[in-house]
Order: sequence, then structure tokens, then C-alpha cells
Amino acid sequence: MTLAEAILLTITTAATPLLLAAIGELVVERSGVLNLGVEGMIVMGAVVAFAAAQLTGSAYLGALFGMAAGCLFSLLFAFLTLTLVANQVATGLALTILGLGLSGMIGESFVGQRGVQLDEIAIPFLSSIPLIGNLLFNQDLIFYVSIFSVFGVSWFLFKTRLGLQLRAIGDSHGSAHALGISVIKTRYLAVMFGGACAGLAGAQLSLVYTPQWVENMSAGRGWIALALVVFASWRPLRVLAGAYLFGAVTIGQLHAQALGFGIPSQFLSALPYLATIVVLVIISRNRRLTLMNTPASLGQSFVPDR
Amino acid sequence: MKKLILALSTAAILSVASGAAQAATKVCFLYVGSKTDGGWTQAHDIGRQELQNHFGDKVETVFLENVPEGPDAERAIERFARSGCELIFTTSFGFMEPTLKVAKKFPDVKFEHATGYKTEENVTSYNSRFYEGRYIQGKIAGMMSKVGVAGYIGSFPIPEVVQGINSFLLGAQSVNPDFAIKVVWVNSWFDAGKEADAAKALIDQGVDIITQHTDSTGPMQVASERGIKAFGQASDMIDAGPETQLTAIVDTWGAYYIKRTQALMDGTWTTQSIWDGLADGILQMAPYTNMPDDVKQAAMDTEAKIVSGELKPFTGPITKQDGTEWLKAGEEADDGTLLGLNFYIKGVDDQLPQ
Repeated sequence: MTLAEAILLTITTAATPLLLAAIGELVVERSGVLNLGVEGMIVMGAVVAFAAAQLTGSAYLGALFGMAAGCLFSLLFAFLTLTLVANQVATGLALTILGLGLSGMIGESFVGQRGVQLDEIAIPFLSSIPLIGNLLFNQDLIFYVSIFSVFGVSWFLFKTRLGLQLRAIGDSHGSAHALGISVIKTRYLAVMFGGACAGLAGAQLSLVYTPQWVENMSAGRGWIALALVVFASWRPLRVLAGAYLFGAVTIGQLHAQALGFGIPSQFLSALPYLATIVVLVIISRNRRLTLMNTPASLGQSFVPDR
Repeated sequence: MKKLILALSTAAILSVASGAAQAATKVCFLYVGSKTDGGWTQAHDIGRQELQNHFGDKVETVFLENVPEGPDAERAIERFARSGCELIFTTSFGFMEPTLKVAKKFPDVKFEHATGYKTEENVTSYNSRFYEGRYIQGKIAGMMSKVGVAGYIGSFPIPEVVQGINSFLLGAQSVNPDFAIKVVWVNSWFDAGKEADAAKALIDQGVDIITQHTDSTGPMQVASERGIKAFGQASDMIDAGPETQLTAIVDTWGAYYIKRTQALMDGTWTTQSIWDGLADGILQMAPYTNMPDDVKQAAMDTEAKIVSGELKPFTGPITKQDGTEWLKAGEEADDGTLLGLNFYIKGVDDQLPQ
């Protein structure tokens, strides 16, 4: 394995949870709901995935339970904000805080245990292609799902009738309602999809990234995922690019340190965040494009008037 | 009737209060991490359990875990002091200022802060010469490494960590004068993902031994996946890498906690600044595993020499990273210099963040 290949492999591992969580949140926000609870859903996914994998001995069951946990947890958010019409920002923040605390409690007896790792699946023929074979076709299932979800979501949003309806709801829930589209039902499904994605991102952390459970192991990745959605101006393919750019800078700075460049490590640690801000500024300069993609009723509560 | 109830309940409260005061000395511990982190905090918690077992019901121990360094720490320490703790151990470098601040408000409560350097009338500072263990690790690395380069995962560039890096390198260079280390700072004491990424980056760049001054078992796990050797930190991490761990520095605070609590009970507790090492048993080496017999023998000999005081890791001749002389042949570094150590010795492939 060459150094470049090794670096790229580490980058994919670092980028996958960001990509998954961000793509889920993208669908949620496209439907006009702002769920700031991504961090909480990731960490719940991580702890439940780890616990399930330890108890059943199967990492795949673990991943499935992680997804279900994220989905269930997001259902709480959906009920509060969609049915009870609570403020989305406040509820989302509460979800994050609750998730961090609850996961610590659930995971207490699992701290320090050696985890079950999700195996790599080599795709026949494709995995033996030089250079990219090992990188793209000899990975764990969650990696494949993450890449597939980008194209799946892209196709769903822009090529299907349901996707069009979802975007219509996000842009103007009043008009969509007048057209007879079920706003609340669609938003419920979108939020649950987002929760499942975040849960799977969490499962990746505790089953692939570092197969163990430690408290707070999401370490702020939910917030980065949220930033990535804005960064990508709500376009799936740009989320893919953003997640990998962020992963590349994160891993790149560690390599820069190991190579002994005379750059202060504190600056290097801040680099991924600085890079995100810079790209964000550049993208936001084109106001027309930004406005076109921003879901117009993002974060607004909807109460059917008749 | 009302009066009777009042009198009875007052009596009950008084008797409970005085009974508790006679029965148990309340000793409290503040932890920066989770008590099952497999590293630093776990070592302190084992010390607390030893203290509890030693004194039985004569001592009541209380702990608070996952307390971030900063304003939260001050509040937590103050809560301890108010709740009747007589002796409070604050077990992280960053708890130093909060400890001193609260200690001023509660002159009757005794405080002990780990790994700091400031003391007060009622604040003792206690520390362990971790670098002695790292010298032995370096010696092992020097004999085990084929490429002659080790990867070092650092938390924050504070003197304690810099001591460790230099001491490790001195140990390695006593075997192989050209030995070098690559340092990666993760700017965190505990972030399993980041520590694992750092370990991956170092291994990808060709180091064949990993050592860490961070507290999670992430790097040990990565080393074990990649089939190279690594050293544990603060606790025996053999469970995370049964075929990977060469040895670990194990912090054994128990005896110290017992000694100090006894002193408090006897009324002989006074403030002091303690910096003990392998000889005093505050620091121990985990079993030497996964290495050939000759390396094991060399490691045990080195340990014996450090314990007997024959070998002091920071003894000249030592050259600084920039090529200037630090210590002349035979000259020993004094504790003051070590406690403020802010430069690398020759062979470190990194610029020290200032």
C-alpha cells in the first residue's frame, strides 16, 4: 500500500460519518425542517450500535440497531415540532443535549470494551483495479451505503414526483398544502430519514472508525454535518465534495505534523474549520444561486389552516 | 405535640450529623474523564477504591467524573467543599487554578492537586515522574524498532508531555544513537477518533512503534489492527492490544491516597510538593510482553537502575534540538528546569508549538 493510498483510505473513513449525517439532514432541510439535533442522533446511533453489536456479536445487527435508534430519536423531534408545533431550533438543541446525556448513561457498562468491527466487503473484479480498486471497492458496507445515498437522494429529489413534492413543501408549505400534498406526513418521513442516516453515521463511529464506545464520541461531527449542508447549498453532490474536503483537511493536518512542517499544531487543528468558513464565504457571494437553493420555509412551523 | 416532634427530629438530625463526622472522613475526587476510560482517570479511580478498601467505613469517598477543565471545575470543587469533604483530590493539570481559587475560600478543607506546580497553605501538589517510565519505553523501542523511528501522539505541549518525549528519545538513543521520533499533537486529552487518526497517519508515514500521551485506547487499537507494537498510557491497556502492548506506564496512586488520608486523620497533614517516581511506587511498569527475552532483560535492568537511583534519564551529555548543548557530560537536570521544560532534544522531527 502506498502512502497516498493509505492517506486516501483514512480520509474516506473520516469523511463517511460526516457525509451520511449531512445527506440525511439535507433531505430534512429540503422539506423545510431544521433539525439541530444531528449530534444527539449520531451519538445515540453510536452507543446503541455498539451495545447491539456487543450483545448479539454481529456488527451488521449493530449497524441496523444504530439506524433504528437514530430514527426513533428523531421521531421525538418530529412529534414535538410537527405535531405539537414546538420551536424547531430549541427542540433540536434539546435533542442534542439529551442525546449526549442519555448515550453516556446507556453506554456506561460498555466503556472500555473491545468492539466488534464491521468487515470489509471486497467487490469481485472491481476491487482488483489498480489504484482505485482497494480504495473504492474494498470497504465496509456503511461506506457503500454513504456513497449510494448521495446519488439516491440526488435522484429522488430532482427526478421523482415525491422528491418534487418534498421540495415544494420546503419552499412553500402553504402552497403545497393547498395543492393537496400532505405536509406533516412528508415532513415526518423526511425527519425519520435524517435520523436513520445520523444513526448510521454514529454506527460507523463505534463499529468502523474506532470500534469502541467512549462518551461524547461524536466529538462535534453533527455540527460539522449541519455546516456541510449549508456549505453545499442544499445540493447532494456538493455535500459529497464538502465531506471529503473536510476529511482531507483533517487527515492532511495530522500528516503535515508527522512530516515535521514547522507550522503550529494549534493552527493545523483549526484548519478544517477555517477551510469550511472560507468555502462558505466564497459560495455565499453568489446570492441568486444561494437563494434559489435555500428552502424558503426552512425552520418555519406549519399549522394547516383548514 | 408539635414541639415534641420538632425536638425529636432535631435530635435525630444532630445525632446523624455527629455520627457521620465521627464515623467517616469524607475524601472527594474530581476526575477530568470517565472513571472507566481505560487510562488516566481509571488509574485514579483504582487508587480511590484502594483507599476505600484500606479504611473501610472509616472513610467515605465521593467522586465526580467528566468534569471539564474550566469554570465547571471550580463549581464542582466548591460543591465538594460545601458538602463536607475534608480532603479533595483534583486529578488533572487544568484543575490547578480552580483548586487554588476554591482553597482560598475554604481554609479548613485540604486540597491536593495532581501534576501541577503551585501550592498553598492548604493545597498540596503531587506528581509522578512519568518520564522515568518513558525512558524504559524508549529503550525498548530502540531495540525493537526496525526503521529506527517511533510515532508519538501528544496531547498538549505542556512541560510534562515534553519531558516524556525527550525522555523516550533519550532511552531510544541509548541503544540507537540515530533514533528519531515523529510527534503529532491532537490538542485533546481524550478523543478516540482523533487519536486513532493520528496513529494511522504516523503508521502510514513509516513508524513501526507508537507511543501516546493521550488517554484513550484508540491508538493501541489502530496499532493492533496494523500489526505493529505500541505502549500503553496511565493504565495497563493490554486488553485493547493483547499482542500489541509492549508495556505501559501504570499510575498507581492508591498508596499515596492512603498515606495522605492517614495523615489527615492523624492531624499531621501539611502542605508539600511531591514528585515521586518508580522508586516510590507511584508509578509502575505493566508486564513486559510481546518482546524477545533480551529486550525484556534490558528493560528490567533499566527499571532496576532507575529505581536504585543509579540511572537518571536526564543526565548529560544532551544536545538540544537546535544543536546547542543543554547538559554537559555527567551533569543532571534539576527539577526546576524539568518542570518548565519547553524545548526538544536532538532527534525530534517536529517544531515545538510555543
